[in-house]
Amino acid sequence: MIDAGTIRSRWWSRRHRLAFVGWLYALPTAVVVGFLFVVPIAMALWMSLNRWPILGEPTLNFPNNYTSIPRDFLFVQAISFTILYTAIITVVLLGLGLFLALLVEGQSKVVGVLRTAYFLPAVVGLTAAALLFYALYAPGFGPINPILQDLGLIDEPIRFLGSPNTALFSVIAMMTWKFAGFYMIILLVGLQGIPRELYEAARIDGAGRLQSLRYITLPLLRPSIALCLVLMVSGAMLAFENFFVMTQGGPDRSTVTMVMAIFRAAFSQLDLGRGAALAIVVMTALVAFNALWLTLVRRGQT
Amino acid sequence: MNFASMTPATARRAAHLLIAGILAVFFLLPLVYAVLGSVTGRRADGTVGFTSRHYERLLNYGFGLDTYLTNTTIVVLLTVVISVVVAVLGGYAFARFNFPGKTLLFVSALAILMVPHATLLIPLYVVLGETGLRNSLVGLSLVLVMFQLPFSLFMMRNSFDAVPRELDEAALVDGCSSFQAMRMVLLPAVMPGVITVALFAFLTGWNEFIAALILLNDGRLFTLPVALVSIQQGDWGIIDFGALQAGVVVSALPCLILFLLLQRAYISGFTAGAVRG
Repeated sequence: MIDAGTIRSRWWSRRHRLAFVGWLYALPTAVVVGFLFVVPIAMALWMSLNRWPILGEPTLNFPNNYTSIPRDFLFVQAISFTILYTAIITVVLLGLGLFLALLVEGQSKVVGVLRTAYFLPAVVGLTAAALLFYALYAPGFGPINPILQDLGLIDEPIRFLGSPNTALFSVIAMMTWKFAGFYMIILLVGLQGIPRELYEAARIDGAGRLQSLRYITLPLLRPSIALCLVLMVSGAMLAFENFFVMTQGGPDRSTVTMVMAIFRAAFSQLDLGRGAALAIVVMTALVAFNALWLTLVRRGQT
Repeated sequence: MNFASMTPATARRAAHLLIAGILAVFFLLPLVYAVLGSVTGRRADGTVGFTSRHYERLLNYGFGLDTYLTNTTIVVLLTVVISVVVAVLGGYAFARFNFPGKTLLFVSALAILMVPHATLLIPLYVVLGETGLRNSLVGLSLVLVMFQLPFSLFMMRNSFDAVPRELDEAALVDGCSSFQAMRMVLLPAVMPGVITVALFAFLTGWNEFIAALILLNDGRLFTLPVALVSIQQGDWGIIDFGALQAGVVVSALPCLILFLLLQRAYISGFTAGAVRG
């Protein structure tokens, strides 16, 4: 005869065995998360409390790595530059992404080809794209200056990457080329979720195209737009490769992004502790932004 | 064509297509230019036309294109294989098992997305240095597996979740072990997810620049993107633009071909949040 105790213990042992098996399957994930993510994050926090030269022994110097940040001219300048870049690229990408999505909303062969054409640059690696545009802009090599001169639009060749403002917008042009099609796809998915009947009803009620866009498309597209904004802002705030490859932060350090300033402190000035402190500050700001944005979006939905 | 006889609707459609077409040209032109630019130039006899010289110089740049391509291939293979193994096992665990710490582990893995790569690369430079994995293609691949993990794991967990439980429960009743049930019954059902995970692991391994730049010191270990940037930074201030164009084509071509072959996996991965920019 089997009593309740035996049943319970069998049940427990089966449950325990399953939990153990589950843990075994999750073990590789735990190893990657533990050794390559949790340990480094803890390490970054610890490093930021120390003077940590690349060569030589670290020594505790809290809070110097943090209190010296306001005096780090390059980083302070990088904050405002990165915010400026983020603001411009976000507006441009969202506008063009939305325009492209509305342009190729339908379901025909031509539309399919157009979508592929817009999306193709998104497939190329960021470094390759930056190098490609570097060559396009290059004085004496790239085709853009000769084309503009032949068209009579400019007299003298423009040094696209040679002055602060043109350098910023030249990089923005490259990023727009590379990412507009990617955001078009996200917005297309959102557009396809809007019921056709709404447009029919609006048309019958006498709404024009712009009114449909203003009162149906944009409000119902809000979740997709919110997703795009999170991706655009967190991507732009962490910009590195594009400026590193195309401008190296120049001319006159006018295009140094926050991540460039972090790596410069860590690996050019060989001060890993200060680099870690800057990296922690940027991470905190980004997490705070994402959390704030998420609550705003949630509140907007209810 | 007689424009005057067009109805407003047709005229609007024509304008629509015209704008869309012009934009498409703008998006395609840089790629076309890179391909054409990489195979044309001044030839040995002084005339301008088709030439393979840019590719020949690229082949002999630095430690040789073959070195950089081999390194990149090793990183790609390791990143793809480890990502798939970790994500398939982990996805199965999170979809089908209950164990203490399950939620904590899953949330920690997703939290990787929230942390800037720079914040992780500085301590990783030290941690990997202690373990002999800095300046190593294996170490770089492990870091890339970690960067990809939130996406890979999320993708595989959802793929396993979408398969009805009855399928593997039937296999377990028939006497399969949980591993056999996963490998023989579930794996075929989650193959689209595996392909998407592998595709994005490939793209990360092939294109990653920052991690490779910081973790690899030895020029013999450089991956293709790092080598191309060193061409662009020029020896003694002279940039070989021809070789650079050829390098851009070599770097971009596999990505373009994979996209045309695997469009479905591509779009599902992109919209599931594989990339940020």
